[in-house]
Amino acid sequence: MQYLIAFLIGGAICAISQLILDYTECPPAYILVGLVSLGAILNGLGIYEPFQEFAGAGALVPVLGFGSSITSGMISEVKRLGWEGLFTGAFEITGLGLAASIVFSSIVALFRKPYK
Amino acid sequence: MQAQQYRELVKKKKPTRNSFKNMFWAFIIGGAICALGQVFLDIATALEQTKAEASAVTLAAMILLGTILTGLGVYDEIAELGGAGAAVPITGFANTVTSAAMEFKREGAILGMGSKMFIIAGPVIVYGILSGFFVALIKSIVLGLF
Repeated sequence: MQYLIAFLIGGAICAISQLILDYTECPPAYILVGLVSLGAILNGLGIYEPFQEFAGAGALVPVLGFGSSITSGMISEVKRLGWEGLFTGAFEITGLGLAASIVFSSIVALFRKPYK
Repeated sequence: MQAQQYRELVKKKKPTRNSFKNMFWAFIIGGAICALGQVFLDIATALEQTKAEASAVTLAAMILLGTILTGLGVYDEIAELGGAGAAVPITGFANTVTSAAMEFKREGAILGMGSKMFIIAGPVIVYGILSGFFVALIKSIVLGLF
């Protein structure tokens, strides 16, 4: 059941993004920046965490969830450390993935040539 | 050719987009990636102690998946069909990092790959952190966390 919810919610987020992309004809990077900021704001308003509780990976995996994870990392670090948390918290949850993407992308680039 | 005629010609020659079809495939591909993410999230939730850790591990696993699929040349095929359905999930983020790393490697290891790896993914990190910072700052003040 949770898989179906993740599929439907995640699919809906992607379909809406595609619709905006088609109608405004703006570069995809604008959409991604918009989504990551929206995720950060929705988390701050306390909306995104209950939503993620319901939708699971359907809310976590789209870039919205990345933005939300940045804010929630900051808040949890502020609770632990004080003001320093506003800075260290950015990578509390996302840091693992970011460092992983640097390491693995470098390894792949070492062995692979571009396709086009 | 007059400007007016030119505009009409452009309008006629421009490929028509099939928005419904694009949306359908974005829905299917994006949904499938998220459902796969749910598999990782379930495994991570069972293995890790906190929700934050489980989220972090899931994001990393999806990033690893995106990187491997990009390396194999599969992700570009998925992106061709899925559009935003492939770009919006975090695997698309990994795809942009890996393809930039492969692309700019030819310009050198340091000034090519090193400096241009985040050429597409960079704005997402920059604006994610900027908006997160201000949101977290306001929330911390409002909740009196300092």
